Amino acid sequence: MLIMRHELLLIAITVILLIVEIFLSNTQKHKIILPAILLMAAVTVIGFIPGTPGILFGGMYQSTALSMMFKNILNIGVLIVFIQSVDWLKQPQNKEKISEFFILMLSTLIGMNYMISAGDFLMFYIGLELATIPVAALAAYERMKEKSAEAGVKLIFTSALSSGILLYGLSMIYGTTGTMYFADVAPLITGVPLQVLAFIFFFAGMAFKISLVPFHLWTADVYEGAPVNVASYLSVISKGAAVFVFTIILYTVFYKIAVMWSELLYGITILTITVGNLFAMRQQNLKRFLAFSSIAQAGFILLGMLGQSQLGMTTVIYFALVYIFSNLGAFGVVGIISNRTGKENINDYDGLYRTNPNLSLVMMLALFSLAGIPPLAGFFGKFFLFTAAAKQGYYILVLIALINTIISLYYYLLVIKAMLLNNSDQPIAKFTSDGYTRVGLLMCVAGMVIIGFASSIYEMVFNLSFGLY
Amino acid sequence: MLDFSYTVWILLIPLLMFVVVGLFGNRFKPLVSGIAGTAGLFVIWILSLVTAYKYFFVLEKAADGSFQKFLAFNMRWLNLTDTLHIDMGVLLDPISVMMLIVITTVSFMVHVYSIGYMDGEKGFMRFFATLSLFSFSMLGLVVATNIFQMYIFWELVGVSSYLLIGFYYTKDSAVSASKKAFIVTRFADLGFLIGILMLSFSTGTFDFLTLTGANSPAFSSGTGIMFLGLSTMTWSMIFIFMGGAGKSAMFPLHIWLPDAMEGPTPVSALIHAATMVVAGVYLVARLFPIYIFAAPVALDVVMYVGAFSSIFAAVIACTQFDIKRVLAYSTMSQIGMMMFALGVSGYGGHEGLGYMASMFHLFTHAFFKSLLFLGAGAIIHAVHSNVMNDMGGLRKYLPITHATFLIACIAIAGVPPLAGFFSKDEILAAGHERSLMLYWVEMIVSGLTAFYMFRLYFSVFWGKDTHYHHTPHEGSKWMTIPLMLLSIGAMFAGFIPFSHLVTTDRLPFQAHLDMAIAIPAVLVGLIGIAVAMVFYRKESNIPDKIYNALGGFSTAAFHKFYIDEVYLFITKKVIFNYVSRPIAWFDRHIVDGSMNGISYVTNEASERIKKFQSGQLQQYALVFVSGVVLLTLLFTYLLTN
Repeated sequence: MLIMRHELLLIAITVILLIVEIFLSNTQKHKIILPAILLMAAVTVIGFIPGTPGILFGGMYQSTALSMMFKNILNIGVLIVFIQSVDWLKQPQNKEKISEFFILMLSTLIGMNYMISAGDFLMFYIGLELATIPVAALAAYERMKEKSAEAGVKLIFTSALSSGILLYGLSMIYGTTGTMYFADVAPLITGVPLQVLAFIFFFAGMAFKISLVPFHLWTADVYEGAPVNVASYLSVISKGAAVFVFTIILYTVFYKIAVMWSELLYGITILTITVGNLFAMRQQNLKRFLAFSSIAQAGFILLGMLGQSQLGMTTVIYFALVYIFSNLGAFGVVGIISNRTGKENINDYDGLYRTNPNLSLVMMLALFSLAGIPPLAGFFGKFFLFTAAAKQGYYILVLIALINTIISLYYYLLVIKAMLLNNSDQPIAKFTSDGYTRVGLLMCVAGMVIIGFASSIYEMVFNLSFGLY
Repeated sequence: MLDFSYTVWILLIPLLMFVVVGLFGNRFKPLVSGIAGTAGLFVIWILSLVTAYKYFFVLEKAADGSFQKFLAFNMRWLNLTDTLHIDMGVLLDPISVMMLIVITTVSFMVHVYSIGYMDGEKGFMRFFATLSLFSFSMLGLVVATNIFQMYIFWELVGVSSYLLIGFYYTKDSAVSASKKAFIVTRFADLGFLIGILMLSFSTGTFDFLTLTGANSPAFSSGTGIMFLGLSTMTWSMIFIFMGGAGKSAMFPLHIWLPDAMEGPTPVSALIHAATMVVAGVYLVARLFPIYIFAAPVALDVVMYVGAFSSIFAAVIACTQFDIKRVLAYSTMSQIGMMMFALGVSGYGGHEGLGYMASMFHLFTHAFFKSLLFLGAGAIIHAVHSNVMNDMGGLRKYLPITHATFLIACIAIAGVPPLAGFFSKDEILAAGHERSLMLYWVEMIVSGLTAFYMFRLYFSVFWGKDTHYHHTPHEGSKWMTIPLMLLSIGAMFAGFIPFSHLVTTDRLPFQAHLDMAIAIPAVLVGLIGIAVAMVFYRKESNIPDKIYNALGGFSTAAFHKFYIDEVYLFITKKVIFNYVSRPIAWFDRHIVDGSMNGISYVTNEASERIKKFQSGQLQQYALVFVSGVVLLTLLFTYLLTN
């Protein structure tokens, strides 16, 4: 099989959609939805055919079993986002720009795939930019809404700043080592001050993508302003890809200064989890709420990175997988309710169980999974992360993380309490979701439950991460 | 070798039924969910019968002529370390195959019966969903390949039994009964868990094949004397037996069983007669090689507890008036006999007679006891009362129930040639070889069994001519057909040559009918029946006279020897006052106080940092850059020092 087939397939379907788009008149744009989803589904399925790992362009592009698996994970995530977006895309104000949504999202996905497969900092940077800029356009998708436009502007400005700093860091790496290839850079990292500075710049850039404290401030505003489906894409897919690449680069390029970056991560982890949690507690708007909760979740992922071993890598990927399904489930419910009723606040959800029991159950499962309650996948995800960190002797850090888990339980339960226990004079009226939404949510629930029970997935990731560190 | 991997469907089908009926049952008419659950059970019933046939008669024997013991299906579920892992699978050996038959047969009959019995009840669908869940858990328990899988399903059985006992959740007594059952068995399961941990700690495995195999690590490790003169292995087996005693309602953990009768009667027939309550017996049988070779003291505990429970319960059963409670105590007594039989058993060939007898009795008991419960259900259905005093002369109104109930009573009383005679005879024979005193105890239990069963029979179907508000009538065909089918089992199950099928070492041996034991046993049974007939066939005041003549003893027996009161005293007076109160105080003032403090601090902190999230883009950029600068300064400082 082709080494680069994931990317090529995505490019192919993007081009197909672009061509189809030309022939559709403004009133026919909705006809692109089904083909887009089916094509994406086909790509997802084809991605699972085992391929041979390999290197292209003299090492600029490298494909490994692990990266292919992560691309598959991203494909599933994007597919779910597509499916969940249909109900929203069909609304009158979006009718004319439906195809843009798919094309922009596919572009970012292509960027992420290249980023994941990069064997060189330049390739990595190009992928990163391709993965970022279209998202800003997506955040401003509902440009007639002030908040959405604001979100787009804020995202583009802040990410320009972060990219600048990141690029500055990369140039210093090039300056000290004379090469951009990961394999060549790695042995030349010695920890001279300039390289430390370069690393911190690089770190800041990545921390921005993953929204680690104190580089997270854009998150809440953008998530709140952007359409729900874009926010969920940002919080799940973009973040997942960035986490994956970041971990790979830390493990394969900067392993020589691991002592330094583990200290850095140590501090950032505590800060991120705690601040994310403290802010999440205060939020009324569910999108903001999920934004901060996703910041805290990112902090948990850092714990696994600190594991610094095959085990650490495995736990990070496993958690990312779990997190994708749980967060997409939560965002999916918030999205459909926001589309149908325009309500996005926690107290709007009072008594939701009486009117929309199925949606409430999905939301409950998703939040339980995020909070880490067994036997849902989220529990195992957190459990493995903690194990990885504890194996490296970070007991105090794990303790702090545990305390934060309890705090997070509090605010997740607040939402569940609103849905299940609170009464309301004007609860959200009963409505029937369309087939797409149901399928999307069902996929999330299946993911949360199955990943929790099927330990073979964990084993598979573990085997694939062999030899990486 | 034949392929048995399809046996995993015996587990999956009820699980599927539970999910389907549980989630989508309310979309259809109630009857549909009942039929669906029953159909699922029918399929696995057939599958089990086929499996048993293939296992016992088609599958070739192992080299030494014994039945094979092997994993029909296995899946690694959790890897704890390289050597310790938890599997999920299906283990086939004579006892698990036998249990498959018992569970699926009774469960299928109960499903069919329930369609008639529960007709028109609120929560019909919920009932069938939970029944499927229960069947799944119980089947998973018996085919468990390792003790951890068994524990998981053990707890699932507990949960589904909790749900079923508390089925009428608007009734206070049902709610408290379900809680009681759950808490008491949970308490016992704590012992089970400790036992599992001790066992796996000293042997390094959960696997039954390894644990009970010829070179089991359990025989060599953990046998040194550790605590109070007993070895680790003995302690662990005693703890494991505690779990079994809880589920099997052995003294003193039996107190939940009579109350559990608050559940719908078909549930009692399934769970509290034939399946869940024998889980403890099955557990001991499953680990029998460890008991006999590594922990004989623990096996003595099993023997004494079993013997005591059997006589204790038999005495109480004679004094109860609620027909379901009589049956409950009778169950406890019969299970005590099974435990006793395991306790007296040796290993290998004829030595293992007790083991064989115990399994045999478990098998036959399942038929007649579930038949008795279902019959009781039919009576309650007709009369709308549980109490014997409200009944009498029912044989005219309920001919089918009467006939099948009589068959079951004769079977349990041990009159040949019905099922109970054969299995009980083997138990007595095994007991006779071990201890003459306990043999006589069991003989008395046999007599008492015959007496209280026929006391029940005569007071319900004969006795005084009671006037009923509504003329009692038989239930629908759904209810009467299972009764008739089960009565066939109660009549003929005794002719199965068990000693050729289910033995300690899985090698067949020839069991003889020892006339010196069989004749006294039958005589004792007949005396019991005769006494009951004199007392209860016609209305008479002899029972009252005897009751009064025995004075304190009979009052105590009527009050179940005040065991419940002892428990209440210990929990309410002692534990609540002297343990729970101080802990509650500590919790309320110290723990809650510090927690409130923390939550106050957390709230304050989140209030303080709020202003960082201002929405101002410039400020975001400022924070971003300051973050970079700060980190740079920090790390240059760290590096230079």
